[in-house]
Amino acid sequence: MILEGRQKIWSDYQKDIPDDHWYYVRSCIRQNFFPASERMFTHIVKDVLGKDLYETPHHTTCGGIAYHCDTIPQETAMTIVARQFALMTEAGYENYCPSCITSFGNYIEILETWQEFPELEAKIRENLWKACRREFNKPKYLAHSSDLIYHWRGEIAKRAKKLLVNVETGEPLRVVEHIGCHYAKMFPSKGVGGAEYPCVLAGMIESWGGQVIDYPERRHCCGYGFRQYHVKANRGYSLSNTHKKFESMEPYHPDLIITNCPGCPYFLDRWQYVIACQTGKTYGENGHGIPVLTYEELAGLVLGYDPWDLGLQLHQVAVEPLLQKMGVEFDPAAKYLGLDKEDLIKPELPSSIKCY
Amino acid sequence: MNHNIVIIGGGIAGMEAAKALLALGHTPILIESKPYLGGHVAKWHKLFPDMSSATELVEKLRKDITAANIFLSTDVISMNRLASGWTLKLSNGIVINASAILVSTGFKLFEASKKEEYGYGVYENVITNSDLEAWFNGESDWRIPQNPKTIGFVHCVGSRDLKACNGQCSKVCCATAIKQAIEIKERFPFAKVYCFYMDLRLFGKKYEDFYVNAQRDYGVQFIRGRVSEVGETIDHRLQVKAEDTLSGKPLKLQLDMLVLMAGIVNNPSIRSISAMSGLETDSDGFLRSSDNEYGVVESGQPGIYFAGACTGPKTVPETVAEARSAALQIHSYIKKLA
Amino acid sequence: MMDFGFKLSKSSTIDLTDVKTDRFEQLCKQEPGARVCIGCGSCSASCPAASLSGMSMRKVLLAMQRGQDVRPMLRNCMLCGKCTMVCPRGLNTRNIILNICRQYD
Repeated sequence: MILEGRQKIWSDYQKDIPDDHWYYVRSCIRQNFFPASERMFTHIVKDVLGKDLYETPHHTTCGGIAYHCDTIPQETAMTIVARQFALMTEAGYENYCPSCITSFGNYIEILETWQEFPELEAKIRENLWKACRREFNKPKYLAHSSDLIYHWRGEIAKRAKKLLVNVETGEPLRVVEHIGCHYAKMFPSKGVGGAEYPCVLAGMIESWGGQVIDYPERRHCCGYGFRQYHVKANRGYSLSNTHKKFESMEPYHPDLIITNCPGCPYFLDRWQYVIACQTGKTYGENGHGIPVLTYEELAGLVLGYDPWDLGLQLHQVAVEPLLQKMGVEFDPAAKYLGLDKEDLIKPELPSSIKCY
Repeated sequence: MNHNIVIIGGGIAGMEAAKALLALGHTPILIESKPYLGGHVAKWHKLFPDMSSATELVEKLRKDITAANIFLSTDVISMNRLASGWTLKLSNGIVINASAILVSTGFKLFEASKKEEYGYGVYENVITNSDLEAWFNGESDWRIPQNPKTIGFVHCVGSRDLKACNGQCSKVCCATAIKQAIEIKERFPFAKVYCFYMDLRLFGKKYEDFYVNAQRDYGVQFIRGRVSEVGETIDHRLQVKAEDTLSGKPLKLQLDMLVLMAGIVNNPSIRSISAMSGLETDSDGFLRSSDNEYGVVESGQPGIYFAGACTGPKTVPETVAEARSAALQIHSYIKKLA
Repeated sequence: MMDFGFKLSKSSTIDLTDVKTDRFEQLCKQEPGARVCIGCGSCSASCPAASLSGMSMRKVLLAMQRGQDVRPMLRNCMLCGKCTMVCPRGLNTRNIILNICRQYD
């Protein structure tokens, strides 16, 4: 790869990301899959960086999952989103930050649609008023929470306790970055770095000392694919797409995968177990899988937080090889202890892929 | 009375028109923004379908027009309409009162890096048709491997592509791809060469023979499917994805080199010319002819004529024919003035 | 193997990188015209076996270039000669078919 060429594209796709005062909305599913990710994000933004980040318990789903599964019409999704914007307006914010990639794509799609069809926006305003007597302003800035961490990646690097460097060899860790489809494939100009060579995660990796891997299927979907997963008859397609990515990245021996989508890390993580069961193949070293982290979990590790406080024990693929490479200290005996040191009970470990 | 005729653009259209006007007894003034004559053709290696030398054609034309007044590295910076004719101010400070103007500003090659998915400027072994011609002409190019085993050509890069804001067909690239595939096979006889196309538009005289020649005698393989994405493998080969539409299946292929057939887009200089002169541009961004069947070289404004790719993609013979036609029309126009 | 109720699906993607086309190259030595097919489909459109058995001269030539075994399709050919008659590019399809068959003798 010619780095100057990629740099040129990166400079073409930068977007304005205000430095403070964000209205933050969580994902429907991330707290189940990666329970500490959003918690770590709010902690970094508010406590570590001292920024203003506001959340409201009145926030609901944006409707994106249902919309992309074809179970609700777009007007319904739009009215749900209009209500989220009303909550933002009522709280006195104009910078909107969703944690979910599909939400991010959904918000952009809706704002762009309203731009092209103002009569539709008027109708949605009417729907919202009839439904719950609320009014809204559209956000002035819309950024995904990974855009914010990208924006503050240098601040995080300054406070880094651990780097993406193999402490034994001194070599940078080889990191696969995986971007959720709805981040920039629909609207390339709205993503940092565009859709073909996004730099939102690559920028974090490089700032924190790692080396980004460009493999042939880098741009391919993680495999989730909404209906490809949710309809069980299609679930093999979901698995097969993930398998295609692993086969493609395998020769590069990645130390780690990071993602910025709710579904991608889940499927890249869990399907490694299913692939191991069905084919006997694992993609990490010595029968391990390749650890898959969210960018917040990775930021947490870089900032020196305890991996078990980051919820890394909830990953299917063992993260211990990564922790050892990064020189992160951890207590193996504390892996399955809860916050109050209550024993969460060690799960049954699979034989097909090495776990602890 | 002596009437000045100004030709804006010294590619083969402007040169051929100058030659024809000289033969008709005029001394045209030829203005070229680049420091050399011949435009794109001057940088090209061979022309289809007869494989004649492009540089020799330009050299021959250059010798034929030494009697014309030629300004190189010169731009028109203003155009003002007079009662009859125009006043043109040039970047070298010269002011010309012209009775007739020929616009032959040609085209610009589509910037292949805009099709980000093809990785031009990002992956080492991705080049354009124009880069390949320069290499055929003896320029060194580090992106072209020593002994490539597999080479791909992508047709329609930035042509017939609304995403590239360029909906029209660039007309010459299909035949150019075939020409270049043959030339590549001559240099690397053991390489496998694939052309990825959406449609093959081989409309011109002997183009079809050229196509059969490439298939039968050179074994060039044509795959009907547009490359959608280029990636890089661990051993730094290119991996392209396309659909093999004739088998109805996705296809992938590793290559040592990929040539992008960058299309023809309008020359941005026509925007300043149209702003200064009131000439209109057509929906495709090229200059608007008075009509597209019978009046391609006429602008609709008295005394202003067009030749070549300023009105849309053209082949060399079309450009030359338009240049001669425009020269004749200018001659008749001037005669009426006198 | 654990049954999840779903499994890896076979990809239909053609990986042309590793495709062996020796048989096609050998065919072209005997009948260079085999290369000039443009996939127009006239042959299959008029083939008396096409609509019943899936025989298609167009597909046979494509499949050979994709390294696939064409025998199952060719078995349905009755050598009636209609494809030779309609081909706009003058392919000697009869000779092509016979030469393919000879390769497998």
